[in-house]
Amino acid sequence: MSCTRRDLIKNACKGAAVASLPLSALKMLSPAEVKASVGDDKTRWVFLVDIQKCVGCGFCVKACKNENEIPLNAPVTRTWVERYVVTKDGKSHIDTPKGGRDGYTDGKIHGEEINPDEITKAFFVPKLCNQCEKPACVQVCPVGATYQTRDGVVLVDQSWCIGCGYCIMACPYGVRFFHPEHHVADKCTFCYHRITKGMKTACVDACPFGARQVGNLKDHDDPVTQTIMNQRVGILKDEYGTKPQVYYIGLDERVR
Amino acid sequence: MKNHVWRPLLVALAGVALLLTARAIIVPDDFGVNGESFTYNFYRAGSVDDWKGFKVKYRGKEYCRECHEEKVEENLASPHSVIQCENCHGPAVDHPENPELLPTESTRLLCLRCHATLPYPQSNRAEMPSVSPEEHNPDENCVECHNPHNPDLEAM
Repeated sequence: MSCTRRDLIKNACKGAAVASLPLSALKMLSPAEVKASVGDDKTRWVFLVDIQKCVGCGFCVKACKNENEIPLNAPVTRTWVERYVVTKDGKSHIDTPKGGRDGYTDGKIHGEEINPDEITKAFFVPKLCNQCEKPACVQVCPVGATYQTRDGVVLVDQSWCIGCGYCIMACPYGVRFFHPEHHVADKCTFCYHRITKGMKTACVDACPFGARQVGNLKDHDDPVTQTIMNQRVGILKDEYGTKPQVYYIGLDERVR
Repeated sequence: MKNHVWRPLLVALAGVALLLTARAIIVPDDFGVNGESFTYNFYRAGSVDDWKGFKVKYRGKEYCRECHEEKVEENLASPHSVIQCENCHGPAVDHPENPELLPTESTRLLCLRCHATLPYPQSNRAEMPSVSPEEHNPDENCVECHNPHNPDLEAM
């Protein structure tokens, strides 16, 4: 095999170029290493709402606003309680005055008194961020300011959000809003600062009736997981394919 | 190559270099794919700690018990044991340092959140002991007669 001077120099240059590549660019990770870098796979926060137990007191909304510094009188809230009253003529009367912040203290819906004899069913539905497995709001963020944590909670990076509002439009559940003081997108965090300290969310603590519960889906001894696995539970807007992680007991088809 | 090729090429290269430099300065080091997917886990890792460090304001009944044991015990023996102190007294935050006094809400409207009659058979609201706000002493404050820590009428 002959090797001219030209070939030698060429090959030497190629060799130097390859050698100068950083080692990390060529490193192969084992599946275990990848898993470790992905992090905590022992936790998946989920929520369970028992519609039958809710009496519409609205303490959850009030507590959420105070806990998470959402201006009390601004027309925005991270969680809210809806009232559904179905009458014999098949109509649904739905309202959520101030998100249910002050509770439901009279029977008027949009100023209209409903005859109790006409009511076929009536109930309250607490709502909050569904912390979807496939969050549409995260997909649309153009700057990477909203994301899913390793334990399944969707958060907003307030220092990085540019306030474009795409995520607010993308959420099928309408849980996102524009924070009137920080001027960024805001949403329920499952009280991330509380659940990561072993506490319950502010709304769960505030609920006197146990209508709201938070739990870890990957802990099979967790009572919330037990209920979700063993009982009949529903989710909202399954057809959107976002795989919501707030489960409801006693859900009605009229609830959207 | 001629000057008219090199000049715009150099300008373009300088532009790219400027962009990359600006990006290196503006984008934090911990920004990137912190998890399984680019779609859902592309973010600044420090943001998670920012949220973890958010101030807890509702401290719970056990925190109240540290100083107000008598009140908490009285409450725990009553039908109102399911209600958190802070639902009516407001979030403790760092009480007693900050705030020194809690803004206790003892209005009629607070009680009516649960105890105004609503004919809603499919919710537990129908099971609540309730009154018609217009008929049951409309001008009185509930706490004038009922002890909110222990509303049991037998105990009064």
